[in-house]
Amino acid sequence: MTEMLIFWAFAVVSVGCAVNLVIQRHPINGAISLIGVMGSLAVLYLQLGAEFIAAVQVIVYAGAIMVLFVFVIMLLNAEAEQRTGRSAAVRLIGFPSLAVLLLLVGMLIRRLAPAPESVRFGDFMGGTAENIGRSLFTGYLLPFEVTSALILVAIIGAIVLAHKEID
Amino acid sequence: MEFVILTLVKAALWAVIILTTLAYLQWVERKVIAHIQLRLGPSRVGPHGLLQPLADVIKLLTKEDLTPPQANKLLFVFAPFFSVALALLPVAVLPFGPEVEIFGIRTAIQLTDLDIGVLFLLAISSLSVYGIALAGWSSNSKYALLGGLRASAQMVSYELPMALAVASPLLLSNTLSLQELVITQSGYYAGWIPQWNFFKLPAPQVISYLVFLMAAFAETNRIPFDLPEAENELVAGFHTEYSSLKFASFFMAEYANMITSCAFATVLFLGGYLPLWPAEKGSDLFPTALFLAGGAIAMYHGLHPARPRDRRTLPAVALLFWFLAFLFQVPRLKQILIPMFWFGFKTGFLLFVFMWVRGTLPRFRYDQLMAFTWKFLFPVAMLNMLATGLLVALYGG
Repeated sequence: MTEMLIFWAFAVVSVGCAVNLVIQRHPINGAISLIGVMGSLAVLYLQLGAEFIAAVQVIVYAGAIMVLFVFVIMLLNAEAEQRTGRSAAVRLIGFPSLAVLLLLVGMLIRRLAPAPESVRFGDFMGGTAENIGRSLFTGYLLPFEVTSALILVAIIGAIVLAHKEID
Repeated sequence: MEFVILTLVKAALWAVIILTTLAYLQWVERKVIAHIQLRLGPSRVGPHGLLQPLADVIKLLTKEDLTPPQANKLLFVFAPFFSVALALLPVAVLPFGPEVEIFGIRTAIQLTDLDIGVLFLLAISSLSVYGIALAGWSSNSKYALLGGLRASAQMVSYELPMALAVASPLLLSNTLSLQELVITQSGYYAGWIPQWNFFKLPAPQVISYLVFLMAAFAETNRIPFDLPEAENELVAGFHTEYSSLKFASFFMAEYANMITSCAFATVLFLGGYLPLWPAEKGSDLFPTALFLAGGAIAMYHGLHPARPRDRRTLPAVALLFWFLAFLFQVPRLKQILIPMFWFGFKTGFLLFVFMWVRGTLPRFRYDQLMAFTWKFLFPVAMLNMLATGLLVALYGG
């Protein structure tokens, strides 16, 4: 009962924040909504027994990546987006096509996904730091190490792109 | 149901203790800084200025609450409360003491022990930057904005060496639960030297302890890293536009973060609530002896007063100290009070270091601050972690 209450509370918050993220016109409100999404997703992970992922979700996404977003918005002193005149095509077919797309995706998921089985909170207990570490360094060692190389390449690329030659 | 009631009682108790500590920490800081600078510090309100925190609270509560007309109203109100809420949240997991038995109920002194307590603290500290950054941005003032920018850049940068410094003792203790972290540090080398992570073989964590403390100064925006509120450049930095209770919230958040950082350092490196030397060699008597001695000094000065009013106040203080000394020997209370005393003793010492540094060091320049973390602290913390990992792998943790 308590679990269902917590689940619904944070599910509603996360979807609400996600919708708010799209409809807000000021970038900082969008960024804060995104932080809300990350935070409530962390709670949902926690309910599913993935405690390590939940903590890392907050530390990395909410605490590091989004700080950079907010930092850039503050640094550029970004103003609210201006509404531009929307074309007739967008106004007429935009919403119907979005509805159709969502419907198609929903049907696809129903078709491809295995028979639905309701989640039982507390069943899965394998989300501890120890389990994650073990699988990262045994079963997924190669992808894990390759990812680190990929991030290094990305950092070097960013430095090369941003670096101005001082002659 | 019992769990809920017990938790509520403990939460209420700790809320009272922490909020009182917060108020008096500020008094202690003012006194310590004053004595370092050969001043008296607060001395008007109550004996030795002891009622000064109360006066400050009343002053801040009754001040006019200003909101700049150009500010983003929602975020301007939200930021201070976010700050103070996040600053008080870590109290929920800090291990103030071991499991004890009171009135037949077996419970831990701390509120709750999470399996991911360390990660929880890191997550909270990584979120606390938003309060400051959003406060600076929403004020819509150039000083506040610059303060907020500095704060977010600084706190993100210092989080890296801090996380690495936290990881090294975890390699020795092999757990993420704060309570277990303390328990793994019990025991003594040669009967006297405690097996805290600070001393623990095969890899004593002296370097990561120092890195952690330096990063903690930056994370809590304290001198010498208090660039976000450098008053000679930025008026008051991110809280320039704040007044009344909202200003007080930032103030409380800063002190609460300081307590959390010191408590976290105590748990990670200094053995949490474990005594300095074994209980069978008399460490249980230390709090009593300390308070007896303190009471004796107060009584001596009360009987030989330097000022007329000391004849009344100091004997009262002496009696209070002797009463506390007696409390530490009451069998039922002993098991609760002595671990809490050691926890408070170590955390208090670190808090004193924070104040001491504030009274001693000048402020860094901003480029020095950034160069210091990226070119010095981060590589040092990294090397220390690699060395710790190697030693633990070779000689066992």
